[in-house]
Amino acid sequence: MTVTPVSRSTRHVHHTHRTLSSPWATMGAIIIAAVWTVPTLGLFVSSWRPANQITTSGWWTFFAHPEVTVDNYTTTMNFVSSRITVAQSLVNSLTITIPATVIPIMLALMAAYALAWIDFRGRHVLFVAIFSLQIVPLQMLLVPLLRLYSGGVEIGGTQIIPSFPANSLGSGFAQVWITHTMSALPLATFMLHNALASIPVDIMEAAQIDGAGHGQIFRRLALPLAMPTIASYAIFQFLWVWNDLLVATIFTSGRNAPVTKILADLSGVHGQQWYLLTAGTFVAIIVPLIVFFALQRFFVRGLLAGATKG
Amino acid sequence: MQAFFSWLAGLPQLVQIPVVVAAFLVVVGLIIFLIEVAPRPGRTYTWVRLGIAVGVPVVTLAVLGLERGAMWVYLLGVILGGGLFWLDARSAKGRGRLIQLALFISPALFLLAIGLVWPTLRTVVFAFMDKTGTQFVGLKNFVWVFSSGSSGGLTSLLNTIVWVIVAPILATAVGLVYALWVDRSRAEKLLKVLIFMPMAISFVGASIIFKFFYDYRQGNQIGLLNQLVMMVGGTPVNWLQNYPVNMFLMIGILIWSQTGFAMVILSAAIKSVPADLIEAAQIDGASAVRRFLHVIIPTIRPTIIVVWVTISITSLKVYDIVSVTTGGYNNTSVLGYEMVRQFSQFPPQTGHSAALAMLIFILVIPFIAYNARSLAKGDR
Repeated sequence: MTVTPVSRSTRHVHHTHRTLSSPWATMGAIIIAAVWTVPTLGLFVSSWRPANQITTSGWWTFFAHPEVTVDNYTTTMNFVSSRITVAQSLVNSLTITIPATVIPIMLALMAAYALAWIDFRGRHVLFVAIFSLQIVPLQMLLVPLLRLYSGGVEIGGTQIIPSFPANSLGSGFAQVWITHTMSALPLATFMLHNALASIPVDIMEAAQIDGAGHGQIFRRLALPLAMPTIASYAIFQFLWVWNDLLVATIFTSGRNAPVTKILADLSGVHGQQWYLLTAGTFVAIIVPLIVFFALQRFFVRGLLAGATKG
Repeated sequence: MQAFFSWLAGLPQLVQIPVVVAAFLVVVGLIIFLIEVAPRPGRTYTWVRLGIAVGVPVVTLAVLGLERGAMWVYLLGVILGGGLFWLDARSAKGRGRLIQLALFISPALFLLAIGLVWPTLRTVVFAFMDKTGTQFVGLKNFVWVFSSGSSGGLTSLLNTIVWVIVAPILATAVGLVYALWVDRSRAEKLLKVLIFMPMAISFVGASIIFKFFYDYRQGNQIGLLNQLVMMVGGTPVNWLQNYPVNMFLMIGILIWSQTGFAMVILSAAIKSVPADLIEAAQIDGASAVRRFLHVIIPTIRPTIIVVWVTISITSLKVYDIVSVTTGGYNNTSVLGYEMVRQFSQFPPQTGHSAALAMLIFILVIPFIAYNARSLAKGDR
């Protein structure tokens, strides 16, 4: 449960390790790196080859006879699968991911603030309870949630809360947003609690002496001071939701499907149409890759904090 | 709220994002405003506090769309709110404190209760019910899980066990060795990124990348794996058709995606091994391999366990890879996938699926317990 080991990384250790990074070690690493990269490279190169060539000759022959086209990308973006084009499914992914990142973080931040800075009986127990909910696998939630959304709340045969809307457009995105929000809360609360709890007591007390209430402290102090952790978690959550297939499969229908679901469908139905799959895969992974490369520092930090959780 | 979501679903997707985020932030802003108002002194604010304590649950119920036949639930909300007001008014630590606390924490608690706790309990109940979820059937669903054959669940259970044994060990081992090899090499950053990049790629994307890599066809091969087989003089194989090769190749996809995670975490741990420890071993004449085995590994053992446990849990829940590569055919189903398949078929086998979900849950627990124990030991 301690903080990242990186922070302890020291400079004076370095020369002693040097003997370990021998040319042989570097060679070994390069070989592994090549093995790790080649499959992706193969799909990437293929996505730029004419459709008929992809399925008749290996992508490695491209380098001998390079012939490049963007047709696969234009065809794929306009390809209709389960009533929407791949381009529309990318918009769906965005529509699912942004609210499903903002909402849980805000709710978790509020809960984390109370757990960290408002003293009440049972505080520790409640924190541990919330944190322990992380161990519940998503699979445990699917069927009951599906029933809750489609049947509402019923007690003893009386309808208490009605079901979710199901109009001609399907249920909209509400079900996916809510499901992602709920399943993200334990980890988000845990991480943000750790960030908020590490704010020095002096600062909080000074603010209180100045007459600030919890509401003001939350807005003016806790929120900005937790920003680095919020950023780390936001990236983690963004990638998680964008890359999710399970929740999308169960809680989106037809026109609301995100790109992961459309790709999975394409792979099943058009499994041999590699001009679709190669280009489709790349348009789907370009967004997370951009996020990843642009914000790598935050992402690694979030990963380290998340992984050393107890 | 139902009306709001209905209206929202009719808007263009990209308009929905700002609308829903703005609506949410307005609600949060309102809650923060109430939190600021709650502790103020004076008689007026006593009434305000009463208004908040009783009003918030009632408004919440109204927003959720309480049915006409269930008006008594409002009464429940009023009683709860009144109770909170009373407790708050008597609180020794100042009025408004409990109301503030409730406003901060209840949105998350409410969602956790209906979204995690309640569904978990319901799944446990479903696991002992028939496929409609109404008739108690005892252990029948679990008997089904452990029965072999194409209609039973045993294949997916055994496969999951193989996944959990193979994937975490290999991903952790490769990640560890790689972290050590690139440590302080000249191209450390670049080499790390290459291995780490798959972390950003979805399992769906990874599965398609590897489906292409494993591709088999008559005539010219377009999958690199079969091309390599041919280069060493073998005949191409239909990889994803033959059990258990197909399963191990699918596990390979998980390893490919998780090694980067292991590498980054372990690399950070290796860098934090105290210099004097390694120097002492060096002076004693220990070789690089010995230093690795006897100094570095024992020092970073807790981190290794964390990584191994995390990947084990990921392996237990795997769904996407199976769904995209084989769809569970050719004996490749796993618990996480079979669980979804059981209730997506007609008629839905809710009982089977709940039993499988429960099994995943039960299998996760020892890993987490082990992890917690090893962390507790490390802290001491």
